[in-house]
Amino acid sequence: MEINIQKQVLEKNETEADKNRAYFKENNVFVLNLMSSPGSGKTEILCKTLVRLMPKIRVGVIVGDICTTNDADRLRVTNARVTQINTDQFGGDCHLAAHLIDTSARQLVCEDLDLLIVENIGNLVCPAEFDIGEDARAVVLSVTEGEDKPVKYPLMFQVCDIAILNKIDLLPYLDFDAALVKDNMKKVHPGMPIFEVSAKTREGLEPWIEWLLERVNKKKQKN
Amino acid sequence: MHEMGIAQQLVQIAMDAIPGDIENPRVEILNLRIGRLASVVEHSLTFCFEIITRGTPLENVRLVIDFVPVRIHCKSCHKEWEVETPMFQCPDCRDGEVELISGREIEIISMELADE
Repeated sequence: MEINIQKQVLEKNETEADKNRAYFKENNVFVLNLMSSPGSGKTEILCKTLVRLMPKIRVGVIVGDICTTNDADRLRVTNARVTQINTDQFGGDCHLAAHLIDTSARQLVCEDLDLLIVENIGNLVCPAEFDIGEDARAVVLSVTEGEDKPVKYPLMFQVCDIAILNKIDLLPYLDFDAALVKDNMKKVHPGMPIFEVSAKTREGLEPWIEWLLERVNKKKQKN
Repeated sequence: MHEMGIAQQLVQIAMDAIPGDIENPRVEILNLRIGRLASVVEHSLTFCFEIITRGTPLENVRLVIDFVPVRIHCKSCHKEWEVETPMFQCPDCRDGEVELISGREIEIISMELADE
């Protein structure tokens, strides 16, 4: 006997993501899902960016890690409101699903936030699959990771709205071909803006910060 | 990469769909549609299924997977095409913004129960 089912496996996550989207819209908060492989410099980029944005823009950060609160501790010095999600102390989920964001976002109280950044778990595969109700997605790639990453992890680079190429201060010491990595990003996602930055030296951070501010203001005006 | 989570969800959906009036139901086949870009590895999924279905009506179920090709739409010139490799540049206008039409599906279509 054949039984018809026709159901999407990620349907539950989609429903949760829609709920988050409605909550964020209600509070006029712009939500950015920041993704990358481990060690590309997401936290350092955020530290430098938030120092520039606060207190003019009220920022909250949800940090996802399998374990430790190291990133949340580093971000607290920026005065942003920070909450940490640990998926499991001994190796849990490889991504943040929508229902986890719901609890944390409400903990941060989005009513008086302009910008909410979700620093996803370091992983170029799974986080790309899960909608969390965000307004935009950004992927960070550092110049120590190899030029072929965009074509090795195409879904991540396809679903992101912008890319940040970090650690450009190291370029003189590496054989990294920055033109090639940008070309690979374009093959996977034509027209995607790419910001070349060094979080360490702050080089190139301004255009990315402007992009972010523009989005935050647009979301406020919409409502 | 998260095949275990996907397997658990698939099993849950299938279990919920088994009619309550069947005595000792046994699911023989699960028909799935999985997009080529969905990061699902078939042998990992089968492996996870073997583990989590032991002692359930889905034990020894055969997964029949219809792999969905990756199709792209160019928002600039409206060309639609299928890709074999993850190169999504529009072959006609090169720099046009593109969107995925298919290739990310993870769906359970139907299941076949053994005759009593």
